[in-house]
Amino acid sequence: MRSDIKRVAVQLWLTLRFPLVSIVAGLLVGAILILIAGKSPIIAYTALFQGSFGGVDKIGETLFKMTPILLTGLSFSIAFRTGLFNIGGEGQFLAGAITAIITGWFFQDLPHLILILIMLISAIIAGGAWASIAGILKAKMGIHEVITTIMLNYTALYLVNYIVRAVMNPQILMGTKAEAHTVSLPDVARLTKLKDVFEIFGRSSVHTGIFIAIGCALFMYFILFKTTVGYELRAGGLSPDAAEYGGIKKSKNIIMAMGISGGLAGLAGAVNVMGITYYVAQSSTTPGYGFDGIAVGLVGGLHPIGNIASSFLFGILSNGARRMQLEGIPKEVIAIIQGVIIVFIASQYIIKIVYKKKKEKEIKREKLRAEQGNEGEVQ
Amino acid sequence: MWIVILPILASALRLATPLIFSALGGTFSERSGVVNIALEGIMVMGAFFSILFADLTGNPWIGVLAAIAAGMLTALLLGVVSIHLQGNQVVMGTAINILAIGLTSYLLQIIYKRFGQTDAISNALTGNPEILSFLENIPVVGKLFFAGLTPFVYLAFFAVGLSYYVLFKTPFGLRVRAVGEHPKAADTVGINVYKIRYICVLISGALAGIAGASLTVGYTAIFREHMVSGKGFIALAAMVFGKWHPVGALFACLFFGLADALSIQGSMLGIKIPTEFMHMLPYVATILALIGVVGKATAPAADGEPYEKGEN
Repeated sequence: MRSDIKRVAVQLWLTLRFPLVSIVAGLLVGAILILIAGKSPIIAYTALFQGSFGGVDKIGETLFKMTPILLTGLSFSIAFRTGLFNIGGEGQFLAGAITAIITGWFFQDLPHLILILIMLISAIIAGGAWASIAGILKAKMGIHEVITTIMLNYTALYLVNYIVRAVMNPQILMGTKAEAHTVSLPDVARLTKLKDVFEIFGRSSVHTGIFIAIGCALFMYFILFKTTVGYELRAGGLSPDAAEYGGIKKSKNIIMAMGISGGLAGLAGAVNVMGITYYVAQSSTTPGYGFDGIAVGLVGGLHPIGNIASSFLFGILSNGARRMQLEGIPKEVIAIIQGVIIVFIASQYIIKIVYKKKKEKEIKREKLRAEQGNEGEVQ
Repeated sequence: MWIVILPILASALRLATPLIFSALGGTFSERSGVVNIALEGIMVMGAFFSILFADLTGNPWIGVLAAIAAGMLTALLLGVVSIHLQGNQVVMGTAINILAIGLTSYLLQIIYKRFGQTDAISNALTGNPEILSFLENIPVVGKLFFAGLTPFVYLAFFAVGLSYYVLFKTPFGLRVRAVGEHPKAADTVGINVYKIRYICVLISGALAGIAGASLTVGYTAIFREHMVSGKGFIALAAMVFGKWHPVGALFACLFFGLADALSIQGSMLGIKIPTEFMHMLPYVATILALIGVVGKATAPAADGEPYEKGEN
């Protein structure tokens, strides 16, 4: 019994040590930058954690910040586990967001729950389809997905800008004056805010999207680790050729993984639109949730449950950033902390790889020694 | 007619200039086998530090040197992790892009005590360079075209020629291409793979740094947050569209620059295409180029693959 506990603890430490070291490193660099800004890191970090934990409403706000990045984190993770680098979360997020607006607007006569379901599903399909362009090009023509997904991000940005201006604009649909954003979703197409049901959530913006996001994380855990499909996806990521030899189709795997990954990012876009913004605005830059998802996924160890933890952490950081700003600390410190965390995570993969390679070399050397030994005997 | 067309051409050249420097940077890095999606972040660094040092010293050229230094330092971070530590180059590039935006906004607030943008510098290199002032005296073309070119435009063309020469006409260039195509073979014949890759990543940082400077010191005279907004990725697109070749990249950048200029001023020529589609053009064209619709673009064989020394 006791050894069991010890075993679990050791296992937990082995899994968590890399992310923890990275987070500590990020916070340390952040502390230095806060000092340079002439402020006290202790006051800053106290403000940060009070801003994120000091009361149910503060926690609600943290959960709100966590919602879209948990979904984009899952999106990145599932692709990465299959050996694909989906850097196109931004574009897929936008595809989902604008699709939710379109379906939400045109089907607004449907009952609430059915409408919500249609919006979510259509956004998943849109995000998935957008990502599948990269998936198909990779599977059929071997074109690297990093370049295609980057190109698709900006293509989506301008396509959405066009739709905002020329298709879904209030001027066109309602005859009012032109706006820099789409029509707003009617009440029936919005996700419920928790504060409207439970007063305790105060003024926080957390909405039912958080349940959708956590539900997706659990569902992805189930798919990845408890089904044949998940096994095939993971096998494809570990060693595509061996997987192919074992009867797993590489190209089918790639297209499916990109589809699921894009679907999750599209869902993130829909949930964000339905839960908080209610419209999509014209923009000169991509929204950023897709890039945040890369950080969330990497810190979460590419594991669905790990993603819940890491998105919560990034929720704390981005929620606390506002509070820190009130203390006169540049909120960019948070972005730098995030960047440093990713640098360290990237470097830790290296430690793992180097460690593994060293072991392989040792084995090789021993083999060589054994062979030479044999030769000696023959002579 | 010329009154409309010539300024648009000059504007296209100005808009293409930062892309040319950055795409050349990408070409050096990727020809040696290191994927550089950090071009965007390096441009942000170059843009900020060129303004900062031009402001501090009163000399815009020192600003350009600072941009080169900042770019090389940032690229060094990518180099260490992706060459020596064999880390994931794309993860590292993403981290650098996030860091660069955060760091410059932070420094903007610390140093300038304000949000959003710096003060304008008074001696920006936005006009026709003085030694070439005689060009303005040419009838019609002088005032309408040459007067609108900055020193960076000429430097960009010079950089293309130099890059072509270095990559394709020198032993060093041959080594770079060997390392990018087949590092193991290059290693076997005694080429130092790591050294070549470090040099190329640093060149790439210097060029992307100049690209950033050309946006600020050579164009807007101020640093604004989000001013790079995707130009690094367009440069990446131009590099692919130009088939990882300096001259190809030049033409891709000119094409993208022209599209950009037309999206701003095209209405004067009666062009009715929505501006959003003009902005989309570089990205869609690049995907089509990869598919092979407009001449197949193929990456260097070992692009993006870390190399471990002494493996036989």
